[in-house]
Amino acid sequence: MSLRSTVTAFPTLLRVGFMDAVAYRAELLVWMLATTMPLVMLALFTTVAADGPIGRYGQPQFIAYFLATFIVRQLTGSWAFYEMNFEVRSGTLAMRLLRPVHPLWAYAAENLAALPMRLLVSLPVAAVALVWVGRQATTHDPVMWGLFAVSVLGAWLITLFVNFAVGCLSFFVESSMKLMDTWLVFFFVLSGYLIPVDLFPHGVRAVVDWLPFRYQIGLPVELMTGAHGTAHALGLLGRQWMWVAIGLGTTSVLWRSGLRRFAAYGG
Amino acid sequence: MIRVRGLRKHYKVHERPPGVAAAFRSLFHREYKTVAAVDGIDFRIEPGERVGFLGPNGAGKTTTLKLLAGLLHPTSGEVSVDGHEPRRREDAYLKKIMLVLGQKQQLLWDLPPSETFELNRAVYDVPRAQFVETMRELSELLELGDLVKRPTRTLSLGERMKCELAAALVHRPQVLFLDEPTIGLDVSMQATVRGFVQRYNERYGATLILTSHYMEDVQRLCPRVIVIDKGKLVYDGALEELVTRIRPDKRIILRFSRPVDESEVASFGTIVRDGEPTGAPCWSIALDVHMDAVNRVVTEALSRLPVRDLTVESPPLEEVMSELFARGKAS
Repeated sequence: MSLRSTVTAFPTLLRVGFMDAVAYRAELLVWMLATTMPLVMLALFTTVAADGPIGRYGQPQFIAYFLATFIVRQLTGSWAFYEMNFEVRSGTLAMRLLRPVHPLWAYAAENLAALPMRLLVSLPVAAVALVWVGRQATTHDPVMWGLFAVSVLGAWLITLFVNFAVGCLSFFVESSMKLMDTWLVFFFVLSGYLIPVDLFPHGVRAVVDWLPFRYQIGLPVELMTGAHGTAHALGLLGRQWMWVAIGLGTTSVLWRSGLRRFAAYGG
Repeated sequence: MIRVRGLRKHYKVHERPPGVAAAFRSLFHREYKTVAAVDGIDFRIEPGERVGFLGPNGAGKTTTLKLLAGLLHPTSGEVSVDGHEPRRREDAYLKKIMLVLGQKQQLLWDLPPSETFELNRAVYDVPRAQFVETMRELSELLELGDLVKRPTRTLSLGERMKCELAAALVHRPQVLFLDEPTIGLDVSMQATVRGFVQRYNERYGATLILTSHYMEDVQRLCPRVIVIDKGKLVYDGALEELVTRIRPDKRIILRFSRPVDESEVASFGTIVRDGEPTGAPCWSIALDVHMDAVNRVVTEALSRLPVRDLTVESPPLEEVMSELFARGKAS
């Protein structure tokens, strides 16, 4: 697909995607409720931290961390896998393939188009965080905010490429849904979504630092809450974008080889 | 326009007998079978032609259309559509074609069809003025009216199909692949869709390939048919010639001014019955007569029987096709 076609069509894809997201209000609400786990963890860890800090986390730090986690998850979530899986298995991917816009761009646009609705949920939480824990909840360094923005983009891209790559496996195996479930188990445990990564034992953390999960949630949250100096943050961003590149490459290979196997079942 | 040579599409299909034991065994040992959905077919289609693809279920018609549209990659063989290799799915190619699948939809389910039209305008990069003109024309021909403003999910099957066709034609494709476009529609909606497709072909000179289980679609729209059975091409030519070749008889329908015994008619040809003979005199009779004997039979029937009305027609295409496929099975 030419880049020109895609760029021309992208605003319309976003507009239609937004209207579609608004049409599925109930689904969106359920999805948002399903992402409230950080708020549960917030309640749990602040109770535990009442007796004293755990690592570098006292009660205010836990509040800041988990509210930031909630916001980052809203901004970087993706469900493209579920649509891909259904469309590959039912053959409805055919209708996307007939259009001169790459289906993966279309999925990405649909994902981005839901962002305004998610901001509607995230912004009040951000406001609550500021009022609750004060300005110390977040970094005051403008450079760090810039790096945070880059890390959110990177986190979204890794999540999107994971969705695409596992979605592409639907071309090859019937059980790609199970693979996604398995990925999500690792994601929840190792990304910092349920437990801050720096509370892991040292040996485990050394491994986690080289896996993609932390860069889907943990890194943006850590940058937002001012956990790293600039040099360290840049190093971590380097690793994050290495995973973005790996995700892009893997998706590209799987998509091309998968399409050759596409059977366009039904009708 | 379309050139197909030695086209094959084979699938490897996992086969498993029914039952829990077989399901468990298949965890460790899987048996696969190769299915030849399309098995070495050749044809050419010139620009502006209307061609019907006929064949029993599973013959390979839809697979062939999907190969032509670039959705499937051929196992072997060559396909060229207006100089493009479909499987490459270049922008320029996708902007020239459209595949309408009667059992799949491209309309956005929760939004009005007008949003899908707008989306297609953007992705096919259709200039605004041309889009407005095309939509005006399509609305008129398909009598879309206010349908385009209602959410797709609230439309009836026929209304949806009309909107599907409109969405498919926003970019005025030069090649139109229609797979069962009238499936499930009532008779009047089928006629509307057929009429529209024919007018589109005439207006834009578009090349049209159609598959349908409704023989009337093919009879009305396609002077040429390609018959596929078990993935192989068994006939390519004029529809009329196919009918003549398979059933070289005509059907004469006689209506009488008084009841007539079948025995008075039996010598003219083969009596076509809906059910078992009752032996009772009847007011009308249908006869299959060899085409060379039609003149003689008509003359004799008019002179010997109380004929009030008489029609001569070709046997129904459904019967011709049944006979053709039955021969295929026998061979």
